[in-house]
Amino acid sequence: MSDAPEVKQPVITPVRVIIALCLVAPFVAMLWVSSYAKVDPDFIGIPFFYWYQMLWVLISTALTMIAYKLWQRDQRGRKSAGSQA
Amino acid sequence: MNNGVNGVALTVFILFFVAVTVMGFLAARWRRSETDSLDEWGLGGRSFGTWITWFLLGGDLYTAYTFVAVPAAIYAAGASGFFAVPYTILVYPLIFTFLPRLWSVSHKHGYVTTSDFVRGRFGSKGLSLAVAVTGILATMPYIALQLVGIQAVLDVMGVGGGEGTNWFVKDLPLLIAFGVLAAYTYSSGLRAPALIAFVKDTLIYIVIAVAIIYIPIKLGGFDDIFASAGEKFSQINPATDKPVGALAPGSTGTWTYATLALGSALALFMYPHSITATLSSKSREVIRRNTTILPLYSLMLGLLALLGFMAIAAGVKVQNGQLAIPQLFEDMFPDWFTGVAFAAIGIGALVPAAIMSIAAANLFTRNIYKDFIKPDATPAQETKVSKLVSLLVKVGALAFVLTMDKTVAINFQLLGGIWILQTFPALVGGLFTRWFHRWALLAGWAVGMVYGTFAAYGVASPTQKHFGGSSKEIPGIGEIGYIGLTAFVLNVVVTVVLTFVLKAVKAPEGVDETSPEDYTADAGDKGVQVELPSVGAGAGH
Repeated sequence: MSDAPEVKQPVITPVRVIIALCLVAPFVAMLWVSSYAKVDPDFIGIPFFYWYQMLWVLISTALTMIAYKLWQRDQRGRKSAGSQA
Repeated sequence: MNNGVNGVALTVFILFFVAVTVMGFLAARWRRSETDSLDEWGLGGRSFGTWITWFLLGGDLYTAYTFVAVPAAIYAAGASGFFAVPYTILVYPLIFTFLPRLWSVSHKHGYVTTSDFVRGRFGSKGLSLAVAVTGILATMPYIALQLVGIQAVLDVMGVGGGEGTNWFVKDLPLLIAFGVLAAYTYSSGLRAPALIAFVKDTLIYIVIAVAIIYIPIKLGGFDDIFASAGEKFSQINPATDKPVGALAPGSTGTWTYATLALGSALALFMYPHSITATLSSKSREVIRRNTTILPLYSLMLGLLALLGFMAIAAGVKVQNGQLAIPQLFEDMFPDWFTGVAFAAIGIGALVPAAIMSIAAANLFTRNIYKDFIKPDATPAQETKVSKLVSLLVKVGALAFVLTMDKTVAINFQLLGGIWILQTFPALVGGLFTRWFHRWALLAGWAVGMVYGTFAAYGVASPTQKHFGGSSKEIPGIGEIGYIGLTAFVLNVVVTVVLTFVLKAVKAPEGVDETSPEDYTADAGDKGVQVELPSVGAGAGH
């Protein structure tokens, strides 16, 4: 996903690593089913299995939002760097 | 099922239905441009902003069938049906990475379908045809299932007719609903479902919000609900000698759960209707922004799934699990609100059915009609053919539902999911790299299709000899996993190996008409078709 090929800029930057982590985290959490395949502790009577996954809807939304903001900033930075060069 | 027609609920249902019908026809004038191209009819002029896209995608992905089937699966077996939630969680980080690239390249080159892109990228009509045919095949049963969703609602309202009524009276309401749908899709194109999606989603959100507060209060809280669900699931099924369900997956069920979630997430945006809704947005940013607000639907889906447990606690007893939720609504809500809830499901079927038929029609027109039958078709001719095919597709789906058993539609839908996943390497692979060889992709696709179909055929369940489910032992691992994902892995392996071979023997690569910067182009860049010349209304959005 490298943009602005005309300017030499590193493809992997700390910001992009954070973006990648934000996007990968939900996969790790959700595909590791045995970490949440249990009934206790419950929340207002809803077993752990269900409320934990619903909580992850919110967590992954927040993570995607962070990734989006960081990506926007990354792109803006590159564009202005590109126009100066 | 019911001791008579629920008059109040039916009246409310019909009122909503008439209202959206009027909207559907008026939609033709909404943000109208003068040109008569497939972009206009089939992609709404590519002019939709963040919110319309959000409603359209939400209305498109979370279908009536979803609303009926997900809680039905929970009602029947508990935890295993909840995989729909992690599945929709994984979709958004995934599409965040590749959909903007598809948007850019499609706008740069005027692609309407995924097959258009595959043809342009790999210079292979064969591969493009494979993708198109897979898309059409996978979409047809999906449309049919939307009808199954409407039928469930009609049945519970008492207008579906009992076993004794003749077929015409029994199916008349469904025929009317479908005639109306077909007529406004034909006249208004993608604008109709986009506009109706507002109504649909507003209704759905209201119904879910009310249901998730009102029903638990009536049933004595979530503690009681899950206690009675746990009791039901611990009963032993005489056919399999195992408990009928569980509140959390056991150690053998975790692989199935994870592979189903992952495989379904990978497959969702391979479906033509998802792509149609995506390409209709007016900029690359709209798509990324949408990945951050679409999860709201996942939350709703999770809450909806919990209704399955409530149906158990409320003592809903239905033979056909599909009727569990409509029946729960009828038992729990006052009549008028039952009508609102049913209208939500009914309209919830019309929106995706319309988009799906448009998407299938676009595939046919662009990648079969234009590529193979009439290469010099004008834009006006393309639109005409697409409109006609969208009708045919719907009639086909209707015939399917009326003449065949419901389980056939469900079996095909299950197969459709496995099939559509096999187009992933060509599409998503192609968006990032040109390394794969077109013939290798075609071979991988074929292997995945064949393996997936045979594997699914061989799955038996207590009630069915074939197509009894979508999971099977993964060869070499020994755990039970989603067939679609196993077929997908096989597909990728074949593609990679054959690419090495074909490159070694220097097989012709085909012409790539795209260039690297096409994949990152945004609205406003040179050569990007943002909107067609005469659209003024959409610009201020």
